[in-house]
Formats: sequence, C-alpha cells, structure tokens
Amino acid sequence: MAEELLNFKLHVWRQAKADKKVNGSLQSGGGKMVTYPMKDISTDMSFLEMLDILNEDLLRKGEEPVAFDHDCREGICGMCSLYINGHPHGPEQTTTCQLHMRSFRGVKDIYVEPWRAKAFPVVKDLVVDRGAFDRIIQAGGFISVNTGVNVDANEIPIPKEIADMAMDAATCIGCGACVAACKNASAMLFVSAKVSQLALLPQGYAERKTRVEKMVAQMDAEGFGSCTNTGACEAECPKEISLTNIARMNREYLFAKLTSDNV
Amino acid sequence: MKLDAKIPEGPLAEKWSKHKFNMKLVNPANKRKYDVIVVGSGLAGAAAAASLGELGYNVKCFCFQDSPRRAHSIAAQGGINAAKNYQNDGDSIYRLFYDTIKGGDYRAREANVYRLAEVSVNIIDQCVAQGVPFAREYGGLLANRSFGGAQVSRTFYAKGQTGQQLLLGAYSALSRQIAAGKVKMYTRSEMLDVVVVEGKARGIITRNLVTGQIESHSAHAVLLCTGGYGNVFFLSTNAMGSNVTAAWRAHRKGALFGNPCYTQIHPTCIPVSGDHQSKLTLMSESLRNDGRVWVPKKVEDAQAIQKGLKTANDIKEEDRDYFLERKYPSFGNLAPRDISSRNAKTVCDEGKGVGNTGLAVYLDFADAIKRDGEATIRAKYGNLFDMYEKIVDENPYKMPMKIYPAVHYTMGGLWVDYNLMTTIPGLYALGEANFSDHGANRLGASALMQGLADGYFVIPYTLGDYLAQMPATKIPTDHPEFQKAEAEIKAQIAELLSDKHTKSNGKTVDEYHKELGKIMWDYCGMSRNADGLKFARERIRELRTNFWNDVKTVGNNEELNITLEKALRVADFLELGELMVIDALDREESCGGHFREEYQTEEGEAKRNDANYAYVAAWQYNGRDEDYTLHKEDLIFENVKLTQRSYK
Repeated sequence: MAEELLNFKLHVWRQAKADKKVNGSLQSGGGKMVTYPMKDISTDMSFLEMLDILNEDLLRKGEEPVAFDHDCREGICGMCSLYINGHPHGPEQTTTCQLHMRSFRGVKDIYVEPWRAKAFPVVKDLVVDRGAFDRIIQAGGFISVNTGVNVDANEIPIPKEIADMAMDAATCIGCGACVAACKNASAMLFVSAKVSQLALLPQGYAERKTRVEKMVAQMDAEGFGSCTNTGACEAECPKEISLTNIARMNREYLFAKLTSDNV
Repeated sequence: MKLDAKIPEGPLAEKWSKHKFNMKLVNPANKRKYDVIVVGSGLAGAAAAASLGELGYNVKCFCFQDSPRRAHSIAAQGGINAAKNYQNDGDSIYRLFYDTIKGGDYRAREANVYRLAEVSVNIIDQCVAQGVPFAREYGGLLANRSFGGAQVSRTFYAKGQTGQQLLLGAYSALSRQIAAGKVKMYTRSEMLDVVVVEGKARGIITRNLVTGQIESHSAHAVLLCTGGYGNVFFLSTNAMGSNVTAAWRAHRKGALFGNPCYTQIHPTCIPVSGDHQSKLTLMSESLRNDGRVWVPKKVEDAQAIQKGLKTANDIKEEDRDYFLERKYPSFGNLAPRDISSRNAKTVCDEGKGVGNTGLAVYLDFADAIKRDGEATIRAKYGNLFDMYEKIVDENPYKMPMKIYPAVHYTMGGLWVDYNLMTTIPGLYALGEANFSDHGANRLGASALMQGLADGYFVIPYTLGDYLAQMPATKIPTDHPEFQKAEAEIKAQIAELLSDKHTKSNGKTVDEYHKELGKIMWDYCGMSRNADGLKFARERIRELRTNFWNDVKTVGNNEELNITLEKALRVADFLELGELMVIDALDREESCGGHFREEYQTEEGEAKRNDANYAYVAAWQYNGRDEDYTLHKEDLIFENVKLTQRSYK
C-alpha cells in the first residue's frame, strides 16, 4: 500500500524518578501519562522513528526527550520494549523496532507504557531494568565448559529434528514481552526457552537437573509470578517461542525435584 | 615512533605454535593478583572476559546496553567461517588464509591472518560444546553453506541468526563467570577515557548512564572490544548505540589508529525509504547463494519501474541484466562485497536502478523457488524474508527483493601488533575494534570468526605474556592520572550542558550527526576522489566548530540523559570523520573497500599500487584541530604472490 500521512494523539508514560525496591516490594517513582499531538507521520516510518521525531521536537523546545530502550533496530537484540495500546511491542507479533506506523492506519490514540512487572522496575520514562533475566541465566543458563574444548564439533551427531527444536528455543531475544503480556508477570516462557535448549542437546545433559532447579529458584527469588497456562506469552512473543517449552521445563523440573540431591 | 608488529620468526604455519610456547605464563596462584578490564561484551569482549575469568584473573566487563547479551554482534546473520573441510571440497587452513588475504586485497598481515584461519577450527568445537545450535544435516552432522569470495562451503550457521547464537554462547560462558565471582559486570556504562600511568594503560574512566556518575576503574591491563565505527555515516547497519568513543579516546591518549578509511559497504541492504530513516537493515549475504542480482537492461524500463508504471515481473528475461553473473562468471552472485557493491552503484549511476528512488537493484529468488520449491527457500531464509516483508511491506516470495549497498563494517581500527596490543603498552584491541585481519575488505562470515578467535584463543595467551612481566602492584584510583582524566571528562560534560548549549537555538545532536553522515557517504563512501575528499575535510572541520559552538542539548549529568550520551559520541565521530578523509586522501590507490576514482583499471576494477602503498597507515593524534602524523608499517608478503584480484 502506498505511503500515507497519519495524525494522532500519542500518550506516553513519563517518569523522572526510578522505582525503588523497599523491603522486597516495589515503590513507584511516580509518573503520569503525557499527551503529544503527532502530525504527518508517514506510514513507512518505524514506531521508534516516530518517537525519534517526537524527541527531536521536544529537544528543540528545550524539553527532556522520552527515554526508551532500543539498539539494533533489526528485531534481534531484544533491547526495545514498550507496551503499546495494551500489547507488548504493539499490535503486531514483532519487536517494537520492527513495528511500522502502517499498522496504525485509522488509529486516533496511541498509548505507550513501559513493561509492567514487579521484577522489572522502571528506570526512567519507558526504560525498565531487566537485570533479573541476566541473574536467572547466571544461576544456571549455561553449559559448564571452559575455553579450550578439544572435542571435534562433529564427534556427537545430533538429529536434525532435535537441533532444530533447540534452535527454535534458543531464538529467544530476552526482551521480556512474555512477562509484560502475562497477568501474573510470569517469566516461565523466557526461562523455559533456555532450559529447553540446553536440555535438548547432549552437551547440556550432565547439568540438566541442577540447571532447571537453580534457574527456577532464581526466577522465584526475582519476584516473577506463577504460570497459569493462559498462553498470553506465546501469543505476544515476537520470536514465536512455543508454549511447549514450558511443558518441557515443567517435566524437567518435576523429574529433577523427584530425584535431586539438592532438596 | 617505530612500529614493531612483533611477528614471530619461522615458517608461517609454525609461527603461532612457536610463539605460544615462547610466551611467558602467569602461574595459577598469581593470576588472581591481576585485574583486567574488558570494555564491550560482544563476541570479542564476552569471549575474552569469560576465558580470562576461567583462567583466574579478576575481570571487570563493561557494556553500554542494559545487558551484555545485547551487544551488536547479535545482529550478525549469515555465518562463521572455519577451515574444517567437513564437506571434502578442498578446504584447508591454508586456503582460508589465502582467501582472506586475497579478499582483503593484500592489505592485511600474513601472520595474523594465518593464525585466524588456524584457530577457526577450534571456535566451532568450542561453540558446539557450549550448546550453540548450529544447523545440521539429517545425519546429525553440521551443515555448511558457501559465502562470498570463496569457492568452498566452509560457513557454519544457525538459520539467519548466527551472530545471535554465537553471542548467546559467549554470554552464557560470561554469565557463568559472573556467577563464579570472577567477572564483575557493569551494564549501562560508557567508557570515556583510558588512564595511562608511566606509559602503561592502567585503567579507565566510565560514566554510569543511569546515574551520571563518573567512575574510575584501575587494572593491570585494558582490553577494548568495542566494535567498529560505521555509525560515523549516521545511516549504517550498526546498532543505534554503536560508537567509536572508547577507541577514539584511546587514540587521543596515544594509541595509533590504523587504516581508518577502509570501510565495508555491504551490497545487500534494504534501500533507504525516506528522511526519517534512523538505520539500515542488512539482508544476509547468504541470500546471494540462491538470489540472482539484476536490473533492467533498458533505462526506459528502469524509469517505468521508478514511476510505478511497471513491476519487476513485467520485465522479460531477455531484458534483464544479471550484471554480476555477466561480469564475474566464476563467482557470479557470490563476488566479494566490495565488488558487488560497486557494481550496484555503477548500474544505478547509469540510470538502471529500481525502486522509487532509483537507488536499488533486484535480488530475485524466482529461479530458486522454481528449482527447490518455496518450502526449501522458506526453511533456509524464512526469518530474513519475514523481516524484509515487515520493513518494505512487499512479499519477497512473489516479488524480487530490492537491495542497495550500505555501510556495514569497518576494517580499520586501532593499530595492534601480533599480540593484539596497541601502541600503548597494556592496552589491547580485539575484534572489529582493531585493524588487523581483514585488510582493505572483509569477506563474509569472517567477522564472527575474528571476534571469537581474538577473545577465546589469542588474548588468553598474549595477555599472560604481558602480565607475567609486570609486578602485581595495584594503582589506587586516587592516583593523579585518574583524577586528571576524571576532571577532563567532567569539564567536557559541563561544557556540553552549559547554558551555551542548553539555551542554544542551534542544530540538535542528531542533525549534526546526519550532516556528518551525508558528507562521509557522498565523499568518503563507495567511491572517493581527491577533490571531494579535500572538500569533505573542510566541511567536517567547519561542522565540528559549529557543533562546539551551538549544538542543542538538554538536562543534567546526574540522570539518564540520552541527549548527552549522543552528544559525547557524535563529538568523537566529528574528529574520526576527518581522519578517515585524511587517510583516504593519503592512499593514492584503490584497494578493497577503498576505491579512488583516479586509480582504476580499464574495466573499472580497483587498481592497487603495491610499490608505494603496501603499508598499514597508522595515524598519531596531535590535538583536535592539529595535523595527524603518519606512521607506516610495511606489509611483507613471504607466502602469497600479490596479483590483481580477479573473480572473473
């Protein structure tokens, strides 16, 4: 479809002060929705380029630009977030940086909020702290090998089907849309993607029990909610990570708990 | 200053093994006495930080993103080369070495490139052990594909997300060391200076991007793994945050900058659509395995397409010019990047370009889909096709893709010796941040290889050799050199946030950046000439003066201030841009990505001048508006014969 120019009202969450953790509960830094009228926005623009235009206007007026996370703008780094009109990454199943204004034809109001989850405190405006995801990986999302492995890469054949399943799980970009989409702010899809990838591969076999136990424990410690299998995470995931990973993780976890030495 | 590359003696194939034995070791109990700073958490940085942590050093690792997993290595699509010869198609370490030297148009060091080819095989073993899910055949063994500039299939891949999978592998190794307490990770931190004490790099100054705090970090060695400087062009395939600041500040402190003019313009990117464009998106070179590049033969057809009166499918087979296949029959659509890009520019300059701007060529999959079926093509490139459709709003299974060259990678970088050490002792540069392995043009699937080679397999040895020869005494961060560096940065920030700038009616940081980018693209891009470069130099100087007079900023230092972050980066790009132009002007020859219009063969190919320019240009900084001093490292070729590069 040809290029079209759009006019709409943009409502953005502005928050100058960071949220704070006080005695385990989250204290909001306090913010509000601010409305900006937007004019002549090309449908060929990406959503973030539309925000760039807003920010340039604000800067020229001497006002603080809206802080938001973004980096690669190719849909792979997972840095961009934004809860747009009630959906993480907006109305399409993609990352915010790959969302184009052509998806907003006829829309008069666009609401932009940060990810909302206790485990993701707001840093400023639309920027949140997703350090909890890093700490979950640090708890066990790896295979314990040092640099200098001397086993030929083709020593262990891995059936293509298994390798492909591992790849599909590994494709997670760690953006946090699954948490933002979930009414409980559960991180099960993120955690299960990593657990699945490593449990599927023979290289990850040795540590599979302790890995799932440690990662789940860290997930709980970070304050993510429980999973009730509503599937909102899968429906919103920009990388189409499948709910079957959660089923696989539950199986791994149960098996580990029943046979574990770490009780 | 005499540049000593410290290339080990002996036959090419034995240099690295001998060197590894000759280097000194730090015994395991002493390693914990040494502190190492790693700046950047991409393939080179994460691999180095993890490997050094495993060895027992105390490592601090810094990145400007919110997590080390987001470094821009993650966006690499196509694959990673390794001389495994799993396909039995004639590959070998020597062939990978030879292809890389030739692909770089004979402007790289033989010894470095050979070492790269040698350790390439270990990288694949390492990554598979980490759980990197490379593509596999039905028999369960690893799959390969071919890439530009090579006639063997040596590229390992994970769909079109190879960089992501390799980075997540390195990130997992890094995470393991963070959990073990051997690496301390600093996210949302930008390095703003390197601290040199008694001639050695002994620490860095950073700015916490959330609180604005200026922090000093002391160490025994500093590793810059900070990527390339393609964002000097504003529009590039680099991430928005990719910048030259760390490398440039090191350069200002005395590290020479090597071959700054060698820029890679990647042939297969999505064309620019309008002024609002903030970045360019790459379509993996792997697409050229199955896609055929063409434009209409007749200018009238091209004009009709530009006006929207005709589409690609209206152009008959005999009216299409498959220009790469025509000019380079043996490599065809897999000709190296510099050559493919230049040819795309040539046909567009002749008026045969397509798309509404006329600045695009077709990459057509119709034949491949007919041959292999849509399902096969979808399995190979599905995610790339989806990405294309999202951005361009056209279905590439039905209509050929439109592509145009865009800035992608910079072969130049900080000058390093064989040990990856810059001209400042104790300061190292790894991966894209250094200049060393790709000469004047990088072959596809070689950047991932170099980043991981440097991080996993080179620096753990060469750094030990340096640390073994220095005392473990630490320097406190209240040392005058730290305080001086901190004060300078605070002054620079104070200036940028002074009334002069916050109350200015001048251009914004982005406007300055875009203007610089346009100058660079027009005069120091795919082709260059002396007059244009001289003009560009004056324009950049003028732009820089104006920037410091009236660039518009806002806010305070003590907060997350995105305008300040960008202003600090663009200030450095405004200096680097001038140096790139100076280097391009100095190099009176064409080689690889550096194409000087004055120096070409009758057929329009790059014409090298080996007698006078077979050197690495390493530039010394003498002050913001001062002239640079050129130091030359002569490239000595003992194993390959320099010939006119031919892919015909």
